[in-house]
Amino acid sequence: MSNPLLIFNEKGIYCEQAKVYLDPWKPVDHAIISHGHADHSRWGHKKYITHHSNVPIIKHRLGEIVVTGKEWNETFTINGVKFSLHPAGHIIGSSQIRVEYKGEVWVFTGDYKMEDDGVAVPYETVKCHSFITECTFGLPAFKWVPQDQVMTDVNNWWQQNREDGRTSVLFGYSLGKAQRLLKYLDPSIGKIYTHGAIENMTEVLRPQLSMPETIRITRDTKKEELKGSMVLAPPSAQGTPWIRKMVPFVTASASGWMTFRGARRRRAIDKGFVLSDHCDWQGLLQAIEGTGCEKVICTHGYTEIFSRFLREKGYDARTEETQYEGEIGELEAKSEIEKDLEIVKKST
Amino acid sequence: MKLFAELIRTLDSTNKTTLKVEALTHYFEIAPDKDKVWAIAILSHRRPPRPVNTTLLREWATELANIPLWLFEESYHIVGDLAETIALIIPASDATSDKSLNQFLQEIIELKKLTDMEKKEYLHENWLELNYYERFVFSKLITGSFRIGVSQKLMTRALSKATNIDEDILAYKLMGNWEPSKISYTQLILEENEEDYLSKPYPFYLAYALENEVKELGDVSEWSVEHKWDGIRSQVIIRNNELFVWSRGEELVTDKYPEFQAFINAVPNGTVMDGEILPFPKGEIGTFNDLQTRIGRKTVSKALLEKTPVILKVYDLLEWNGKDIRNSSYKERRESLKSLVQDKDISETPLYLSESLAFNSWEEVAEERRRAREERSEGLMLKKLDSPYLVGRKKGDWWKWKVDPLTIDAVLTYAMRGHGRRSNLFTDYTFGLWDEEKNELVTFAKAYSGLTDAEFRKVDAWIKKNTLERFGPVRSVTPHHVFEIAFEGIAESKRHKSGVATRFPRILRWRQDKKIEDANTLEDLKALIP
Repeated sequence: MSNPLLIFNEKGIYCEQAKVYLDPWKPVDHAIISHGHADHSRWGHKKYITHHSNVPIIKHRLGEIVVTGKEWNETFTINGVKFSLHPAGHIIGSSQIRVEYKGEVWVFTGDYKMEDDGVAVPYETVKCHSFITECTFGLPAFKWVPQDQVMTDVNNWWQQNREDGRTSVLFGYSLGKAQRLLKYLDPSIGKIYTHGAIENMTEVLRPQLSMPETIRITRDTKKEELKGSMVLAPPSAQGTPWIRKMVPFVTASASGWMTFRGARRRRAIDKGFVLSDHCDWQGLLQAIEGTGCEKVICTHGYTEIFSRFLREKGYDARTEETQYEGEIGELEAKSEIEKDLEIVKKST
Repeated sequence: MKLFAELIRTLDSTNKTTLKVEALTHYFEIAPDKDKVWAIAILSHRRPPRPVNTTLLREWATELANIPLWLFEESYHIVGDLAETIALIIPASDATSDKSLNQFLQEIIELKKLTDMEKKEYLHENWLELNYYERFVFSKLITGSFRIGVSQKLMTRALSKATNIDEDILAYKLMGNWEPSKISYTQLILEENEEDYLSKPYPFYLAYALENEVKELGDVSEWSVEHKWDGIRSQVIIRNNELFVWSRGEELVTDKYPEFQAFINAVPNGTVMDGEILPFPKGEIGTFNDLQTRIGRKTVSKALLEKTPVILKVYDLLEWNGKDIRNSSYKERRESLKSLVQDKDISETPLYLSESLAFNSWEEVAEERRRAREERSEGLMLKKLDSPYLVGRKKGDWWKWKVDPLTIDAVLTYAMRGHGRRSNLFTDYTFGLWDEEKNELVTFAKAYSGLTDAEFRKVDAWIKKNTLERFGPVRSVTPHHVFEIAFEGIAESKRHKSGVATRFPRILRWRQDKKIEDANTLEDLKALIP
């Protein structure tokens, strides 16, 4: 029997035939990158290939790198292996990576979601034999409500806080979640302020996405002008001196983890909005069914539980250890930017 | 039910005490009286007996969710709360019920008498007809205690705002064994009763931990040195031939300690004492473990009273002969206290004086601190002899000087996933020590704090690669890593496999420099028992 088309080694997901890595976590020569989050696009590879709409994002994050941008569905061949990128619906520029060799097709999802959020190009079903999927929220307890409903709640929350004379501080990843929230915030309620990390990323994405106006919070921003406004901040800003400027404020987090009452309370956040850029339980099952695959490899999330369920349904499913984190970072103190800095430090 | 579910949702949407009180106050202003009584009952942990056992509940919820039972169990381990798991896992619904909280509770009480088939039918019908929060609350009412970040004290404060009745008086009204299905709101809350005022405690004076060298406190002769007892700080009030016991959380716990009823005849009316409730099995001070058997009980059985009686180790007097004496010096208050305790009627009661010790030098004090564990105390209290009894936590006059924790090197043997944000990581660990005779590791403690996030991630990754066996959410791992475990106290225990119970175990550091052969033995641990 020949070797599998994709293997998992200590550097990442590897295609030996093409000598190419998918979302490697250690520096390699050739890397195809699914999307711009820090756990998938790391510093230090010699050459990067990604969707062209992700190019400005990873350039912003990683500085001067050698990167080629591809179109959706554009096939490029490396040593006989056909590669193409397909929308994953996770964030702007997020792709699934399709790999085909001698008629055998593998798809690596990176991170993805089924719901069309009007920000990322919506998820496309790609037929394959083997499907490498994330399962960050691979538990039946996770069930997303439609985005419209969540954003109505967010705007009502903001309106109410404004009436109570309080500033609304909303936490979300500076890449992806922040712009998705921003797009659907109602600027008729009040002004929208941003933390520097979010403002920088938003500037990068404005050419690709229309969003309400934002104001960067700087040292000169007056405490009085913030009152009743919306402030978008990365999760790492919670509990820092930076946030004191917003007093009196209430905090909220928008994340799939907010499904659990305990997750919100442990983080001492006032309000939790369940809004995720990953699939919920039904989403994962639908996606897998859609691909028509026989083999499933679960990379991150509730991998053991999810793959056991798939096996009971008749799939050849297993898990592989990777260094992807899904939405975990959204709850932890470190931002993606801090993580980048650490990676830079380690590699230099 | 809508109103109550909405209240729980609002309480869930904030971590700020003021907003919680606001929401509760609003509820007490607008809810129907019968519902208010139930809300008070639920928030003070008086719920009707569980009408369905949890095994059946799980099965029935799983059926409705159309998933295998093991998947429900796994989800439950991760969510951490049965009612929340049920609410999440059953297909979503936008329906809402017009039944009142009172009606639901009456139905739940009646449910106990029905057959299993009828119970199942009732639950399925209601689960599907409620929205997420109503379903969560409904399931919570059936499964058990209602812990939602609202203490009885917070609830009482809100009730006080809504009714303009003094908080302490309400706390008194709410004590005891009243039946929510039989009492009216007027009887429970509104009716005036002069006796209510008798129970009023004083705010506690709390000490900070000693920050600097003890010598910097100045002349040792100006200080009273006492052992710091490891029990429940409490205020005991005798007024008008009635006894009231308040815990430090300012909760009335009179009913939990029936042995203190003996004070009514021995202690004069108009007396308020500050002291520590301590377990006293076999005529000597027991461990906090012993006390734990008493803390949770609302009613105390005769057998338990005999096995683990409690005493009051008293150290201060706040009211004497009906007069507030908090502004007089500690020295003077102690003199009055001494005369009280010396009374011969007192010797028949479980009232003991916490001795005030005098030393000639701070070195002698330090020596006494080293002996603390022999005395079954957790260190020393230093109190300035001329200090008044202040309100709240204040620096300067009182200090606590605790003993250093005990430590031991143990081997990581089992790991369990954490909860909430840690639910993807294995962060709850079990540790073992060597049984030299059998050459095997015996579990002695569990700990889940003390490592940094980065360390937890490292250990987690290692656990995932070195799992031996899985038991539901628990994994046994190859014995490989040694951790230094710190704990506050230690006592013999029949309930623990190791024969030893430790108090407050936590991870002090990861001893990557040590091999498992270097870890301590069970004998080493037992040698620490005082």
